[in-house]
Amino acid sequence: MSAAMVFGLCAAVAVGLGLYGVITNPQPLRKILAFNLLGSGVFLLFGVIARRGAAAGFGGDPIPQALVITGIVVAFSATALAIALLLRLFQATGSATLRADAPPGAGSDPSRP
Amino acid sequence: MTFASMSFALALEIVLAAVVLTGAVWTVASRETLPAVAGFVAYGLLLSLVWVRLGAPDVALTEAAIGSGLTGALLVGAAARLRSGEEQIVMERPGMVLRVLATMLSTTVAAALAASVLLLPDPAPTLAPAAAENAVATSLGNPVTNVLMAFRAMDTMLEKIVLLLALIGVWSLTPDRFWGGRPGPRHHADPQGVLAFVARVLPPVGIIVGIYILWTSADHPGGAFQGGTILAAMWLLVMMAGLADTPPVSERRPRLLLLAGPMVFLIVGLGGLAFGDAFLAYPMAYAKLLILTIEFAMILTIAVTLGLLVAGPPERECGS
Repeated sequence: MSAAMVFGLCAAVAVGLGLYGVITNPQPLRKILAFNLLGSGVFLLFGVIARRGAAAGFGGDPIPQALVITGIVVAFSATALAIALLLRLFQATGSATLRADAPPGAGSDPSRP
Repeated sequence: MTFASMSFALALEIVLAAVVLTGAVWTVASRETLPAVAGFVAYGLLLSLVWVRLGAPDVALTEAAIGSGLTGALLVGAAARLRSGEEQIVMERPGMVLRVLATMLSTTVAAALAASVLLLPDPAPTLAPAAAENAVATSLGNPVTNVLMAFRAMDTMLEKIVLLLALIGVWSLTPDRFWGGRPGPRHHADPQGVLAFVARVLPPVGIIVGIYILWTSADHPGGAFQGGTILAAMWLLVMMAGLADTPPVSERRPRLLLLAGPMVFLIVGLGGLAFGDAFLAYPMAYAKLLILTIEFAMILTIAVTLGLLVAGPPERECGS
């Protein structure tokens, strides 16, 4: 058993945990959190594949490593946008629920004075 | 390496993987949001140790700075704001049936991934020799920087545009009457307090470290993202200590900085199309100079974009 394999199994479990969190957590912020967990597991799989491709004196295949760096930055952008949407929903309705039949909250929309 | 030291390293890695997964379980299972976010930040920092063990120090830096640090800052801010509505939503926990189905689905996915990890082909396919062979074209010693800035520069350019699009998306959520105003609340801190002190002492050091991380990335781990994140963190620190305010989104200067990176990238790319073989083809003699030009424009753009993404949409009029 090698280090790459240990972390590969770790990545698989992280993806599973993230997926479970996305489905079962009712709070949207927790879903975003779980989605990031899922994503980091996928990135880690890239890292394992990169490590297995270590050659030419490099610690790993630099191509998947570079893809992960780009991926982390894109995941951050998506998270920032998702959080801005969520905060706007909370501002507009006074509640951050995703349920379609939720009663309207006590919050007020600051864009409507 | 002797057998004993090898198995010791392996034992250490198994412990590390177990601790990382504990953080992941905590993040998903914790009842309250703020502890879950704290768990996620800890998970991210431990994960960067995993990246070091996987021989990817560049990714480790990115994960620690962006994946854990900045994402954590965003999530903590959002969790604090959403606190008042939390009680009500926690009551909406899904029923037993859905939870069992979700457990089955996620176990299946995890098992399938684990199986494919165990069944990966041996010897593993790799592009590392190709990256080493072509390194002379740019005279950079860090293979990851070579991939990001030369071999797959198109990805990096498009990623800059994704960052910009995300910021446009965030800004477009501004309530009408605050359009053109300043993002986020105005922070006030005790001007004699610890936060204000740190916000005065740390940024000069942080700015040098940020630029150093970019400069050193030619031959050592680092890069424009990692350096830009440190610059963004310094800016956010100064804003949180109330020493500076966020710029109004209608102001021209920050907008020019937001465009600098993608524009320089695009101009160099089109130059390659006009004078070289292809879009983003660097003439060999100027490769390093062009890459550094792009990276220095990019680090400014990344710092400003990341800072403004964390600050969020405008919520005050210009004067207030």
